[in-house]
Amino acid sequence: MAKNYETVIGLEVHVELATKTKIFCGCTTEFGGAPNTHTCPVCTGQPGSLPVLNKQVVEYAAAVGLATNCTITQDCKFDRKNYFYPDNPQNYQISQLYLPICRDGHVDIELEDGTKKAVRIHEIHMEEDAGKLVHDDWEDVSYVDYNRSGVPLIEIVSEPDMRSAEEVIAYLEKLRLTIQYLGASDCKLNEGSMRADVNLSVREVGASEFGTRTEMKNLNSFRAIARAIENERARQIDIIESGGKVVQETRRWDDNKEYSYAMRSKEDAQDYRYFPDPDLVPVHISDEWLEEIKSRQPELKPEKMVRYKEEFGLPDYDIGIITDHKKLADIFEETTAICNNPKKVSNWLMGETMRIMKEKNEDPENINFSPANLAELIEMVDKGEINGKVAKEVFTHVYEDNIEPKKYVEEKGLKMDDNADDLRKTVEEIVSANPKSVEDFKSGKKQAMGFLVGQVMRASGGKANPQMVNQLLSEILLNM
Amino acid sequence: MANIISDETIEYVGILAKLELSSEEKEVAKKDLADMLNYIDKLSELDTTGVEPMSHVFSAGNVMREDVVTNGDGSEDTLSNAPSRKDDTFIVPKTVEG
Repeated sequence: MAKNYETVIGLEVHVELATKTKIFCGCTTEFGGAPNTHTCPVCTGQPGSLPVLNKQVVEYAAAVGLATNCTITQDCKFDRKNYFYPDNPQNYQISQLYLPICRDGHVDIELEDGTKKAVRIHEIHMEEDAGKLVHDDWEDVSYVDYNRSGVPLIEIVSEPDMRSAEEVIAYLEKLRLTIQYLGASDCKLNEGSMRADVNLSVREVGASEFGTRTEMKNLNSFRAIARAIENERARQIDIIESGGKVVQETRRWDDNKEYSYAMRSKEDAQDYRYFPDPDLVPVHISDEWLEEIKSRQPELKPEKMVRYKEEFGLPDYDIGIITDHKKLADIFEETTAICNNPKKVSNWLMGETMRIMKEKNEDPENINFSPANLAELIEMVDKGEINGKVAKEVFTHVYEDNIEPKKYVEEKGLKMDDNADDLRKTVEEIVSANPKSVEDFKSGKKQAMGFLVGQVMRASGGKANPQMVNQLLSEILLNM
Repeated sequence: MANIISDETIEYVGILAKLELSSEEKEVAKKDLADMLNYIDKLSELDTTGVEPMSHVFSAGNVMREDVVTNGDGSEDTLSNAPSRKDDTFIVPKTVEG
């Protein structure tokens, strides 16, 4: 009889912090500079250079810790993790082993079916990123660029509390949203500013001991993470079922081939010989400093959700969608502040904005239009200056080119036509040109009315006031 | 207590330090490392009950900088150390991901 297995997953998540400069020197962290232009003696590990800690790194790390219910280690310090690799010019990475800045937190997640669960955080520590290696396709060489060397990272280590890919993704999404709200990182998986390593083991349901775990690297999307988890679970169960033993190792996921392989390098002794970094003095986060960081914490999703309900009276459904992206929430708040019509703003964001975004396969991050222009459009519809159909068309230009609706409508002559005499004439023309539809209407086919409205709208170039068209049509038809 | 460094230990430390030692060098290193450990062991004679472990020799703390860019393009200085380079990158023997 087949046994039932449970998957046990813990995550190590690296997040690149949104500081302007590196963690220990004044080099810029800007992405995409020419190779080695963002380097200095400190971040290339020259003898005699001295690292000086970037204060903002401590503040971001503490902010993430506070938002994930961690205890802040008010006396923390840095340690050296020793290993040789060409992306690491110092031959050690400055990290935190003995006294990480945050400990013992948790992130509350909610699954599709409404199940709630807390994923515990073991610790969060600060460390530096390594340089980038590019491997030559033809020659037996690699090229090294140290621009990324020394970019600040936090590593968020969870407890092995997750049991499925769904839980892992819910945890990552919650973490990403929280960190984006804090402004501590943009958390882009595909660009590497958020990277997740998956520690996974399987055990028989009901077993009290954990199985042997493997660590999976190179997961660049939520989809890759989900696939790698399914694949690794199956691989480990296969080994156990055929009487073998899972080996504790690091594996690399290849998402194109949908399989993973063990990463082995020559003389790979996992012995990092950590010791306190003598170049860096301890960090003391005083009560006052901690209070200051706490007082600067922005409103996060849970508080926003409560406020949107109380202040704007939005439906829960709207609130859920809008607060799910910081960018959407920001646009919502700024637009509402101008036009004071929360539900209409919400409708434009959830309707047309989401529709165009999906069509273009974009993220809310890509939204470039200014809230003032959306507010102006909403006001124009409210005042009856344009009809709903024209408004949708104008909005596509607001979304794409951030045009000013008032100016645009004037230039293109899209103003709603509510000259009653002109409109009456058009309606009469349409009625006499479509005797069949008029007859249908008289014999009780109400759809015929819709057809006639459509014809009048078309004849007016889409600019007629639909309410007036309806009114006039009913009036004329009933008097016939 | 006198420390004795085994052949396996010196082999392992050599691998970690990326050093290839001849058998004569290994013998010298074994003796040197043992001497160092014996010297450090003096500390074990001290009674440290109730003494907080020290994390740092200096009493200073919180030496930090503001998050302001102060460095410009450092590529020429950085690359002047490169034994061999291609355009603006260092060339190293091919590394396997690991």
